[in-house]
Amino acid sequence: MTDATMQGSGIQRPQRKSSSYYRMRRRCVRGLQIVALLFVLFYTLFPYYWAFVSSTKQGGALYHSALLPAFDFTYYRQLIDNPVFMRSLLNSVYVATTTTFLSLIIGLSAAYALGRIDFPQRRAMLMIVLMVSIFPQVVVLSGMFELINWLGLFNRPSALVLTYLLSTVPFTTWILTTFIREFPRELEEAAIIDGCSHFRILMKILLPLMGPSLASTGILAFILAWNEFLFALTFTLTDENRTVPVAIGLIAGTSRFEYPFGQIMAASVTVTLPLIIVVLLFQRRIVAGLTAGAVKG
Amino acid sequence: MSARLARRDHRAAWLFLVPIILVMLLVALWPLARTFFFAFTDAYLDNPSAYSMIGFDNFIEVIQDHNWWVAVKNTLVFTVISVAIETVLGIAIALLVNEAIPGRGLARAAILVPWAIPVVVSTKIWEWMLNDQFGVINKLLIELGLVDHGIAWTANSSLIMGTVIFVDVWMTTPFMVLLILAGLQLISPEIFEAAEVDGIPAWKRFWSITLPMLRPAIGVAVLFRVLDALRMFDLAYVMAASNENVMTVSIYARDRLISFQELGVGSAASTWVFLLVALVAIIIIGVLRLDRAAGH
Repeated sequence: MTDATMQGSGIQRPQRKSSSYYRMRRRCVRGLQIVALLFVLFYTLFPYYWAFVSSTKQGGALYHSALLPAFDFTYYRQLIDNPVFMRSLLNSVYVATTTTFLSLIIGLSAAYALGRIDFPQRRAMLMIVLMVSIFPQVVVLSGMFELINWLGLFNRPSALVLTYLLSTVPFTTWILTTFIREFPRELEEAAIIDGCSHFRILMKILLPLMGPSLASTGILAFILAWNEFLFALTFTLTDENRTVPVAIGLIAGTSRFEYPFGQIMAASVTVTLPLIIVVLLFQRRIVAGLTAGAVKG
Repeated sequence: MSARLARRDHRAAWLFLVPIILVMLLVALWPLARTFFFAFTDAYLDNPSAYSMIGFDNFIEVIQDHNWWVAVKNTLVFTVISVAIETVLGIAIALLVNEAIPGRGLARAAILVPWAIPVVVSTKIWEWMLNDQFGVINKLLIELGLVDHGIAWTANSSLIMGTVIFVDVWMTTPFMVLLILAGLQLISPEIFEAAEVDGIPAWKRFWSITLPMLRPAIGVAVLFRVLDALRMFDLAYVMAASNENVMTVSIYARDRLISFQELGVGSAASTWVFLLVALVAIIIIGVLRLDRAAGH
């Protein structure tokens, strides 16, 4: 109400219709907006809610569309007792954290050069980094296959760390460059005048300020690595070396006619719950990271 | 700055770039070069070192394959329709979430959820919801009396492309919303207030102020989404690995390369994918004049 009257008084418009007409109209618009927002929330969240509901139903109940969860966690206990699934969870954690860690180090180093030092090939380097981050993974598949065989990494989770660098390193470099440019240059001026080396400037002045930027970039790289499918499917052969997306992608029933949707939903909830918690906790930082590279870059 | 200092700076810059250059040479340039190389050979995956050069034969074999053109058609249909829907939905949701209404903070967080879920997981969730016998969507449709028996959304060959597009829209509209929302927040609200004072109707404010000012943000979002859609693999692979109605160029190339072990032909198909994506990227950047729109 106060909001509406404030807006009304702020606009010096010739009043052709009565003010109550405008108030009514504004209320209707507001109402429609809230309905639309609720619809958007339902559309984005219901599938995940339904996955949770389905994962807590047993046997025949799974096939009844009761909207409330049954809170029977048998499928989750089965997952915990399943060494193959736990192993793939562990593989995913290992691959995603190692990839994130390496990408942040390499990306930070490159981002300092690209964001802070003026050198003639700077723009060209930035374009190359951007181009590498958008080319389709399938294009490097044969060459990568040979490289991994040559390094003796085939069917090892470490092979995935190496191949994921293809997409995460350009990505972290691009975002960290944008973040570094946002820090005022005055911060380092005294250090430059004192003849401080670039390495010291990065480590002693910028790094302590970059915690939040590194966190948001790191989360994005982690999600990218955690969710990757094509390389993980191609470069691991045996169950105990798979990552969770591949493990879930390949779960099938014992026969063509039985489909273990209860287990699949439990596994789905398990692998995404940590991601969703991180996303909700660091929502602002993630948005900052996603949009930093795209809009301001 | 003196020339000597500048030279010292340039050297420092390259030192900082050593790690990324090494990594990119190893995981991008070298594999890419080898893919191009293998495309001209008759090598097989089980013994890549036994090959002979056969010129452009593999490239010709791929473009004479009916399935390749089916894959190209699927990929282009998928890309155009899904990105178009995502752009319209993305603009609509971004405008809505940008309004000062209760719950918009929650909505902004919630729209991140589909984006963060692994593609494989989203695919499985929707596969379950769209199941012909037990899926909640079919049950709802039956209860509403819209259909009298469940529809096989993921098995019916004429519905599967629509289903894949639908799931992709659900997964990637959030990305669109975020980028467009960021663009919206760069526009100063005074422009809209001035237009409102002048009595310009809402749809016209949207058409002649909001949309033109959002062009750079929408352009970047569309470019990213198109390039992402052109390489789509996991969604179609998990939902319908063997259904040729949603086989994309990435699936085709990987099939030839890994499943059929044809290193030469698979590499040629990959090279065609590369050329296709490069062509589309050049066209989009040219049409949208992204370099100029971005103001650099």
